[in-house]
Amino acid sequence: MTGTAVDLIWLAPAFALLGFVLNGAVAFVRPNAKTVVSIIGAGVLLAAFAVAMVVFRAFVGLHPDEPLIYRYWSWIPVGTLQVDFAFQVDQLSLVMLMVITSVGSLIHLFSVGYMKEDPGYARYFAYLNLFVFFMLVLVLGASFPVMFVGWEGVGLCSYLLIGFWYSDAANANAGRKAFIMNRIGDFGFMVAMFMIFWSVGSLDFDTVFAHAPMALAPGGAAITAITLFLFLGCTGKSAQIPLYTWLPDAMAGPTPVSALIHAATMVTAGVYLVARCNLLFAMAPISSAVVAGVGALTALFAATIALKQWDIKKVLAYSTISQLGYMFLAVGTGAIAGGIFHLATHAFFKALLFLGSGSVIFALHRAYHHTHSHEDAQDMRNMGGLARYMPWTATVMWIASLAISGIPPLAGFFSKDEILAAAHARGHVEPVWFVFWGLGLLAALLTAFYMTRLMIYTFYGPNRTGEKEQPSLHEAPWIMTGPLVVLALLTVTGGLLNVPELYHGNAWLHHWLEPVTQSGAALIPVVPLSPSAEWLLVGIAVVTAIVGIVGAWRLLKPEALVPARSAPEERGFARVLRNKWYVDEIYDALFVRPLVWFSRVVLWQEIDQRIVDAAAVNGAARGARALGWANRWLQTGQVGTYVAVFVVGVLLVLWRALS
Amino acid sequence: MLLNDALVISAILFTLGVAGVLLRRNAIVIFMCVELMLNAVNLTFVALAQTIGVGGQVFVFFVMAVAAAEAAVGLAIILAVYRHKQSVSLQNMNLLKDG
Repeated sequence: MTGTAVDLIWLAPAFALLGFVLNGAVAFVRPNAKTVVSIIGAGVLLAAFAVAMVVFRAFVGLHPDEPLIYRYWSWIPVGTLQVDFAFQVDQLSLVMLMVITSVGSLIHLFSVGYMKEDPGYARYFAYLNLFVFFMLVLVLGASFPVMFVGWEGVGLCSYLLIGFWYSDAANANAGRKAFIMNRIGDFGFMVAMFMIFWSVGSLDFDTVFAHAPMALAPGGAAITAITLFLFLGCTGKSAQIPLYTWLPDAMAGPTPVSALIHAATMVTAGVYLVARCNLLFAMAPISSAVVAGVGALTALFAATIALKQWDIKKVLAYSTISQLGYMFLAVGTGAIAGGIFHLATHAFFKALLFLGSGSVIFALHRAYHHTHSHEDAQDMRNMGGLARYMPWTATVMWIASLAISGIPPLAGFFSKDEILAAAHARGHVEPVWFVFWGLGLLAALLTAFYMTRLMIYTFYGPNRTGEKEQPSLHEAPWIMTGPLVVLALLTVTGGLLNVPELYHGNAWLHHWLEPVTQSGAALIPVVPLSPSAEWLLVGIAVVTAIVGIVGAWRLLKPEALVPARSAPEERGFARVLRNKWYVDEIYDALFVRPLVWFSRVVLWQEIDQRIVDAAAVNGAARGARALGWANRWLQTGQVGTYVAVFVVGVLLVLWRALS
Repeated sequence: MLLNDALVISAILFTLGVAGVLLRRNAIVIFMCVELMLNAVNLTFVALAQTIGVGGQVFVFFVMAVAAAEAAVGLAIILAVYRHKQSVSLQNMNLLKDG
């Protein structure tokens, strides 16, 4: 307890939990009380944001070098394992807190408009509030188990919200897929926790990070295994190769959910975890290379798939996977501040892109609903020319797509550039990072290309929605465009968080995070780039982005597109990309089918039916019956027989006793 | 020697009792054979009391008391069985085996 406003930190998750309880109650009692739900749902988030601001101001006033830890109650006291339910307030968790509550508030406001007509309105806001609660527990938790509670909780809310429209089997299956893929990652997280406890003897962040350098040999097998298992957890939660396939399917949920959970906050939990454990990763160079390599590879791989998707949300989903790859490239390289910086700016522009696409989908859905048509409201082949109907949405989407492409001076330029520069700088020490840098640069080119493709096909060229629907196309209500504009402002100005010294900025975020990152950074070999090399890298990155945008603008002809229902199949390589490199099919053949076969034939038909049922259960009964049949001749019912046996027995005993 | 003769008679009586229980079918005869065995044992007690101690004689009284009680209960059971089955032959009493 510091006696300052930082002590109020518990209020932020408490508000979100309160929102869940109230909205959950309303969902049961009076599901149509939408005004009440809107006020509670968005209100608690704004309150949490206000708490975050107050805490932030107070924390800046204190400016402690050590994290402030609030222990509320003893949670798991078992022998030497002592886990308290405790929150940790430090520079890193505060950045996350601000991002979650600010972007979360805007998305809650947007949802008020987007979900207005939905019969599950109260349930939706209850889930969304619960998600924010768990997300705050995740970033505020002061130990691995508390963080894990949030980690699992956000997974649960993600599952609930992906399958929000559960009456459609495809949506429910998408939710299950997300849950199961995450389970694989969670296994890694738990094994890592067990190993940490086994080798360090504690699970509190401060104790672990204080004792790890003594308890574990740097670069040794133990620390490498721990960090690789942690990273397995990250690949599940943050949708990296090889566990990324759930995220595109997660687009089955409502679009604001995609914006909040599957773009801005939950999927960045893995990045946060690596940043939190940056000391452990810095001690394990192999793991760091794996993190950076997987990140760079994912960034490029997902970007190639995004090139050929027609579903506007799928493009953004693969774009999210790709951008998360950048963040892992950053934190794997040791540029923790760069990764968190990209996390924050990505939260702004990707939330904006998703909400913008939500606004587009909302307009198309309404138009199709008007004419009772069953066309796909998310297919870009059914869009086109929407800039005329939705000028606000088109403008903010342009800002966001230029930001994600890395055009200065928007937010994405600074953060992406910092990541690529960090990878290049580490390449001078370990040349493999040059490869990662190249992959990242190539992904940047593709990013600019597919984002421009999305903009062209959605907003330019002739409209392909349909003759009858065109009069119904118009801009969304202010409750939806308002958050878009605010996010656009954040996207424009977000770069100011961390303007590098190259442009005479003060690299605020970098210095702010130093208390968290310095112990890890001390272990990582860095050769600082000269200003001329940095300028060269910036030049390469910007030229790459411009080439991507101009290339897309010149190559793609929206006039040639036809609506989705009459569109031809792709051929050749385009078809491979359209079908996502057939990764789902490969996983199906490699894992799902063998597992189903093994379960059905071996486990069910052989082990369960033959061994358990036939041999064990029925076998025991048959054995008892045979034993009874063998012994029934002893039971004559004649007292004389029994007495004779008895006498023989007595004689035998006497004979034994006397001889 | 008197003790030896007494024990031999006792053994013969006991064996007769056992043989009777095993071989006869009539419940009353079997019952009498049981009494025969009890009395064979009584005879042993009394005979051995001369050399070992007076405890044997005391025990005989207990055995006789129990035998009296047993006779009362046993005869009552046999009577009940007879009323039920019109017979006291053990061959007819095989309810323990089904069918």
